[in-house]
Amino acid sequence: MTPTLQAFIIVSAALFSIGLLAALSRRHAIFILIGIEMMLAAANLNFIAFWRFAPPPHPPTGVMIAIFSIAISAAEAAVGLAMVIAVYRHYRTTNVDQYDQLKG
Amino acid sequence: MNPGIVSNLWLLPAVPFAAAVVILSLGKSRHKSAAVLAIGGQIVVLAISIVAFLPTLQTHGFRAVQNFTWFTFGEQTLRLGFVLDPLAAAMLVMISLVGLCIFVFSVGYMADDKNFTRFFAYLSFFSGAMLGVVIANSLLLLFMFWELVGLASYLLIGFWIERPSAAAAAKKAFITTRIGDMGFFLGMLWLYNRSGTLLFYDGGRGCLEGAGLALLGASATFIALLIFCGAVGKSGQFPLHVWLPDAMEGPTPVSALIHAATMVAAGVFLVARVYPLFSLGAINGVTSSLTVVVWIGVTTALMAALIAIAQADIKRILAYSTVSQLGLMMVSLGVGGVAAGIMHLIAHGFFKALLFLGSGSVIHGCHGEQDIRKMGGLRRLMPVTFGTYAIGMMALSGVPLFFSGGWTKEEILHATAHWPRSHAPYYLMLAGVVLTALYMTRQMIYVFFGNPRSAAEHAHESPRVMTMPLIVLAIGTVFLSFVLTSAWPWLHGYLTGEPVHFAIAHLIQPMLFISLLLVGSGIALGIWFYREAGAQNRDRPAEVDPLEYAQPALFRFLANKMWIDELYARTIIAFAWASARLSDWMDRYFWDGLVRGFGAIGQLFGIFTADVDERGINAGVDETTVGARGLGRLLSSAHSGQIQIYLGVVAVGMLALLLLYAWLA
Repeated sequence: MTPTLQAFIIVSAALFSIGLLAALSRRHAIFILIGIEMMLAAANLNFIAFWRFAPPPHPPTGVMIAIFSIAISAAEAAVGLAMVIAVYRHYRTTNVDQYDQLKG
Repeated sequence: MNPGIVSNLWLLPAVPFAAAVVILSLGKSRHKSAAVLAIGGQIVVLAISIVAFLPTLQTHGFRAVQNFTWFTFGEQTLRLGFVLDPLAAAMLVMISLVGLCIFVFSVGYMADDKNFTRFFAYLSFFSGAMLGVVIANSLLLLFMFWELVGLASYLLIGFWIERPSAAAAAKKAFITTRIGDMGFFLGMLWLYNRSGTLLFYDGGRGCLEGAGLALLGASATFIALLIFCGAVGKSGQFPLHVWLPDAMEGPTPVSALIHAATMVAAGVFLVARVYPLFSLGAINGVTSSLTVVVWIGVTTALMAALIAIAQADIKRILAYSTVSQLGLMMVSLGVGGVAAGIMHLIAHGFFKALLFLGSGSVIHGCHGEQDIRKMGGLRRLMPVTFGTYAIGMMALSGVPLFFSGGWTKEEILHATAHWPRSHAPYYLMLAGVVLTALYMTRQMIYVFFGNPRSAAEHAHESPRVMTMPLIVLAIGTVFLSFVLTSAWPWLHGYLTGEPVHFAIAHLIQPMLFISLLLVGSGIALGIWFYREAGAQNRDRPAEVDPLEYAQPALFRFLANKMWIDELYARTIIAFAWASARLSDWMDRYFWDGLVRGFGAIGQLFGIFTADVDERGINAGVDETTVGARGLGRLLSSAHSGQIQIYLGVVAVGMLALLLLYAWLA
């Protein structure tokens, strides 16, 4: 039995939801970054799945976008971690609940 | 012919003006240099006058003018000028000679005055202004010098400023003459409006020459009368004569110079100068303006002669006599005897200056006393003064033959007798001659005869510097009579341009006997009536005037100057006061009230707008800000600063959009 498109999308949606939940509910900045990475992974999975199940011919567009996206997410992770360290130095905590200086 | 002289006439006013300026800048203590400068200036002026006089002798009807442009406005050019003709030249010599005598006299009279230099500066200033009046060839230039003469007289009458009466007299003189000058000015404007020029003589285009006069038409009468207003003011004619007697508050040389010899003569001179305006359109030598001149003159002459009879102040008697004589000159001009009037003016200038300086000498000798009732017997104590005064008195009274006044008076009577309109002026003038002789006799008796009374006991003859001018003027008075006689009326011929022949037969005329009779009766009446004046006589006390004793009511009427001052005080001045008070009240309550009302309205409006601003606009802005702040606070509560809440909102929003999309699809 070959896997179907729905299965991929369900997995991708689950992965996205888990990532979103992590980003929204975890208090630790690193975990939020991990949640964001998970949502990006879900998006990449969607690109690959839709590319794989699209009618022929198959130009490698989906793969290309996934590769770009992975590169960008790597850079984003690096920037994000750097920011977390910088913010930590300022607040002496990684708990995002206490990053509230933008409060109106 | 010496045409060059007319281009140098400007020196006549300029030299005394310059002398005045230099004297004033010298400082108060330089008495000697002030006197030298003033008298030196006057000698220069006299020399120029004589040089100017000579060419007018050689040609009959000589007239030289020099006009120059003062300024140009638009199309019009305003031109001024100087003129030299017999009228001006004779006046010049008279003014500068009489002026010189008075200047010299003042050195003695004012010797002890602390403002000696100021006095001489003013005298020089006056002399320059008066000479300017005489030589002006433009009514405007004449008017300017005329006003300067007025200013000089104001300064000199009020010379003793520490006396309130002198200050009041100066003001009175200035304001009274100003009333007349108003008319003069209006007449001048009217004349300019009609003729387009104010030059008297301008090669046929002047306002006194044919073409200029032709432009005037019927308005000439009114112009002439308006200009005559100025002459009435300056020459002390009724009804503006009131300032002249009060002007005796000034030092006596001033009275002699201004109020006898020269300034008051300016009015008569003015009428003579613009005579063509008066006589324009004359029928048989009579015009309505000239008739007015005659009657004003007659009224003045008689009224002043009557008042003079009852005055006790030696200078006031002479002042009223001046007013009276000026009236006589006006009559003469009015009836057509221009030459007679000017001759009398010149003769009068000499003998009235002589009389005034004589009275100054008397006052000086009596240590400042001016009341004739306190004098007496000065004949022996002051012989030179007495002799010269007697010559002046006889000239003024009109004693014929050797005294100039007699001949000129006779000539005036002659002209008056031939006036076609009425003979009343003639008979009234005859009465005036009697009155003149009467009041002068009274004065002579009071001052010089009888026994010395209180002020005269320690009297002394005046110093040489004061008696010399008296002698010169007395000689002038007598000398003038030789060129005035009816046998050889040289001055008449000189002024009118008619040839003169010597004819001894003309000396004997019926008029001569009439005037001799009148003068004789006047003097005789005076001697008889006042023979014991000043002395105790039966039940009449010494200080009571014989006329006062005989006719107390009449005397009081005359002594109080016919109550004309009081009449003016009750009517014109009271009216002026009332209108001033009304204006004051109007200003204070009506106009001020109006202004204050507007102020109050403005204030009310201000309060209203302030209220609107405070309560309406300000409060509105305040409320808006409060609302904006509340809203801001409400909205800012959404900005918790919690990044995860923002993210959650984004997630919920995205979900909502997805659901909406799903539902719509």
